[in-house]
Amino acid sequence: MSEHAVSSPEITFSPEHASGTKKIWKTFWILSIITIAELGIGLAIYNIHKGPDPSAALVLFFKGMVCILTLAKAYYIVSIFMHLGDEIRNMIMTIVVPLLLFVWFITAFLWDGNAWKNLRNTDGGSRTAPTEQVQQHAPAAVDNHEKK
Amino acid sequence: MSTNAIQTNTKWWNGGRSPFNVSYGKVMMWYFLMSDAFTFGAFLISYGTIRFSVNNWADPNHVFNAFPFAGHANLPLAFVSLMTFILIFSSVTMVLAVHEGHKMNRKGVEKYMVLTILGGLAFLGCQAWEWTHLITGDHAVLVNGQIEHWGTTVSKNPWGHEVMHEGAMVATPGPIAFGGYFFGITGFHGFHVFSGVIINVVMLIKTRLGHFDQRGHYEMIEKAGLYWHFVDLVWVFVFLCFYLI
Repeated sequence: MSEHAVSSPEITFSPEHASGTKKIWKTFWILSIITIAELGIGLAIYNIHKGPDPSAALVLFFKGMVCILTLAKAYYIVSIFMHLGDEIRNMIMTIVVPLLLFVWFITAFLWDGNAWKNLRNTDGGSRTAPTEQVQQHAPAAVDNHEKK
Repeated sequence: MSTNAIQTNTKWWNGGRSPFNVSYGKVMMWYFLMSDAFTFGAFLISYGTIRFSVNNWADPNHVFNAFPFAGHANLPLAFVSLMTFILIFSSVTMVLAVHEGHKMNRKGVEKYMVLTILGGLAFLGCQAWEWTHLITGDHAVLVNGQIEHWGTTVSKNPWGHEVMHEGAMVATPGPIAFGGYFFGITGFHGFHVFSGVIINVVMLIKTRLGHFDQRGHYEMIEKAGLYWHFVDLVWVFVFLCFYLI
């Protein structure tokens, strides 16, 4: 079966594979730099938490940044290392389009988790939520109120 | 979008032959990886849901701050970044092995497969150390007014918020779900790394025996490579969800 993979009628061309390894090493450096940037942001979050006046908004901003950087890394791994970028567009679409379901999965489930937290903190809506919750390091919620 | 397609020189299928221009085995590997992505996605989303539903969660910079032979030094993110770089590097050697396969260079494939396998084993070793450190490393916890010493297991962990007890700050029991999610998801990923190493060893043996030279192509190395890169891809997200945020 796979003996004929190259010559079989279903395969009409083999994609032009790069002749050099330049692209691979370039991708390696891109991935490394993104990872170092992520670590830098991780340490920034750590220091914000440790600091005297942690800002919840700033931490959220940095966490969003790390998520975007992670998606960039995923793009490079799938597109270059797994050669999906070299395949025919139908192939790319049949992999990428089903993964779009994740957008709603993530939205719906995190929303649900947050709703559970609200129910928990209000005893199912029978009392108003406490204005500040117990925080591990410092009450970030209080900080936000002061800024308003 | 179609104008864009023309500009970037990629084509849509217009009948007459296999739409994907990819061999059966490779298409099926992609579909398997897609289903595996949903499995991991479901685990990570479930973890996110639970994390969103409680007021406190363990601080990763506090939990994962140890490094082998560094004693009690506080080194947040250090060890896990080492693990990340090991996996990225083994992904690079894997893609180089695939590249040598395209050139039908058996010696090159063997060399890079050996490096990839070593990278995988190094990652597994790191994970074994990390698990051992978490499970056996005791921390003081205030339980019902008494100080107890707990490691991190699936049923309990010492990573709750700190309270004042007899003039000193002491931790309270952490979120119960933390250990289960951490060991479950990193364990499932580690199992993927382990099976990836086994697959790569089989590929190395088949390369050495000259099976792929007889066959006339090194496509099996590409399929094993897809799986290996997927393992790296999942780690990128595990790294994000457990260690960074």
